[in-house]
Amino acid sequence: MQFILTDEQTQFRDAVQRFLRDKSPTTEVRRLMETEEGFDRQVWEQMCGDLGLAGIHIPEAYGGLGFGMVELGIVMEEMGQALYCSPYFASAVLAANVILLGADERHRELLLPGIAAGTRIATLAVTEPDGRWDEGGITLTARPAADGFTLDGTKKFVLDGCIANTVIVAARLAAGGIALLLVDGDAEGLTRRSLNTLDDTRKLAELNFSGVQATLLGPPTEASAALARGGDLSTIALANEMVGGAQALLDSAVDYAQMRMQFGRLIGSFQSIKHKCAEMLLDVELAKSAAYYAAEAAAEDDPELPALASLSKALASEVYMATAAECIQIHGGIGFTWDQDTHLWFKRAKSSEVFLGDANFHRERYIQCLEATA
Amino acid sequence: MSDEQQVRAQVRAWLEANWDKNATLVGWRNQLADSGWGVPHWPEQWYGRGLPVALNTAIEEEFAAVGAVGVAKVGIRMLAAATLLEHGSDDHKKRFLRRILTGEDNWCQLFSEPGSGSDLAGATTRADFDGERWVVNGQKVWTTSAHHAEWGLVLARTDWDLPKHQGLSFFVIDMHQAGIEVQPLRQMNGHASFNQVFFTDATIAPENLLGKPGDGWKIAMTTLAHERRGADALRRWGRDSGLAGPIYDEERAEIATVIEPYKWYPQRAGRVDLAMPRASDTGRIQDPALRQDLARLLMLSQAAEWTAQRARAAQEQGKPQGPEGSLGKLASSRVARAASLVHTGISGADSMLSGADSPLDGVIAEILVSVPATSIAGGTDEIQRNIISERVLGMEREPRMDGGPFRDVPKNAGRSR
Repeated sequence: MQFILTDEQTQFRDAVQRFLRDKSPTTEVRRLMETEEGFDRQVWEQMCGDLGLAGIHIPEAYGGLGFGMVELGIVMEEMGQALYCSPYFASAVLAANVILLGADERHRELLLPGIAAGTRIATLAVTEPDGRWDEGGITLTARPAADGFTLDGTKKFVLDGCIANTVIVAARLAAGGIALLLVDGDAEGLTRRSLNTLDDTRKLAELNFSGVQATLLGPPTEASAALARGGDLSTIALANEMVGGAQALLDSAVDYAQMRMQFGRLIGSFQSIKHKCAEMLLDVELAKSAAYYAAEAAAEDDPELPALASLSKALASEVYMATAAECIQIHGGIGFTWDQDTHLWFKRAKSSEVFLGDANFHRERYIQCLEATA
Repeated sequence: MSDEQQVRAQVRAWLEANWDKNATLVGWRNQLADSGWGVPHWPEQWYGRGLPVALNTAIEEEFAAVGAVGVAKVGIRMLAAATLLEHGSDDHKKRFLRRILTGEDNWCQLFSEPGSGSDLAGATTRADFDGERWVVNGQKVWTTSAHHAEWGLVLARTDWDLPKHQGLSFFVIDMHQAGIEVQPLRQMNGHASFNQVFFTDATIAPENLLGKPGDGWKIAMTTLAHERRGADALRRWGRDSGLAGPIYDEERAEIATVIEPYKWYPQRAGRVDLAMPRASDTGRIQDPALRQDLARLLMLSQAAEWTAQRARAAQEQGKPQGPEGSLGKLASSRVARAASLVHTGISGADSMLSGADSPLDGVIAEILVSVPATSIAGGTDEIQRNIISERVLGMEREPRMDGGPFRDVPKNAGRSR
């Protein structure tokens, strides 16, 4: 297990960081969060084309760069820090992971090169109105039809569901079990509604399927495992994004404490503020250690992946949210205003806290993993 | 051949030619000191071979493979040695280092006082030079193993007109003298691992001053930096070899004496290892609220371990040991408190019992009454937070009230002189 980045990985992080600092200042975040699409196509094309980030962990055979989860984690962390608005997580992570694990060869060749190039924007639709993140919550049905399958039901909390031109749907088969199916974004019978989100930097949709034509992505016997493992990998990627966001909040809190004067001295000289910041740093470092370790473990195919995914997400969920709350507290009144940037990260912390399962969910799942291996 | 393989071959050859399990402990350790294989990371001039610390593990493995005993390493002795190596004169090194390694001399550290805990530099134990020697008066506390130490590292005030950090000096004091009285200090968990040490006109020979008068604070910082790594050393060196023979018996007796004060330390850290098995054995693992607390604890403990490994990895790449130690210490406090909560949840009403009536023959009770020490000993959580915020995050220092001549600084009642 490697506990420190290699020189190449550090250089890679610097390059990603430079790009995002340049392209995703908060003025851009604020502009994009007010738009329907929620991202800038030109920056997206540069990010996918010049830097190849959308294919960072996709094998070269499918048009990607062929790196692994550690490099994906680096990208996610930097995007979290910059609050970069784009369908990256939906397409290059959530959908791509499930396609890599659960699609047959034909579909991998069909879908992955476009995802890597950024020309195809995909998303994954698993969760339904009851908000369950596990397979047990899937009730949308897939019935065999003349030309594949017909889907009926509703998916909710679908990330970038309105802009995706490719939707990977997890559905329940009439014969039992689940399957992963491929649906076009503009398929007949598919109604997409943009949800009003607390976090405007991450767009969610409700997708209604009424007799929608779909094709099997891969053999249904592998769907369940692909969904589970893909979910774990994406959870780990999200945890890495979250620790990046938490770091941005910590930096902002410390910077402010070092310039704000009250009672004739910098508020950063009061132990009440210094100690808060020290605890925040410890929180962020612990969550980072878990997120990095989980990404390393994923890259090395660790059999304890489910437990590590839950560990990293539970810590990230708590830490990101707590750091956001403390960051506002340290800013005081100005921290509660719209013009100050903290609320942008606070809201991302909230949406990330619950997306793919909150801390309670993952703590319970972690204990179940330990019980299963005991 | 890599450096490690070369060194392994060398140490193997040397042990083959020299290791004799029928030697006396001190005799063998003198041989180790002469060869440099006892402390290979020390300078060649001083009983070492000038090898990188990273090779120590490999060398220790070669020792273990043939059952060879190492130099004496447990206790305060290694803090003393590190301090002497860095700040001692050649005369100090010549007089003290060999007998530290052979185990003939035990050491103690006399820093904390009843009136200066977190504020260590506020020490009021005084050393006055009477023309021939230093005369020491005052009181130290929290001194581990003072009752069987030959020598003590003492921080004492030699100038009351200078600001407080500048008026301290650092001495080696002979513990076997009439002016020193050592009393055990009983803790809330019933153990008496520490001592109070009273000085009444105790004396120190002038050549036992380390550095110059006024260098005390700087030198004490060296000792403390090594202390923060001490827990790890205890784990590694406090183990019984399990081998039979007179030399092993001698070593076993030595270790038993030195580690006696530390035997509750695992309980103080919370015994996270017991949480999952105890939760399963008692059936309490069925309780959803306990499962949440248990997961919190195990995740925190795991993440703290990885954070320490990240710091070590950075250090191995040449970054100096920095304030990450403070982060680790703060993390252990959190872990210990979380563990105390979980053990209470698991044990339920049994948490009210102690000794033989408490689960695991008193171990659980010992956890519950020892954990509060974790966030105090070796620098309180509050001090760690100051260190982290000032040295890692670069935040402002709190305005201080203790500038100017130390004589005029407000002190605890009954301690101003």
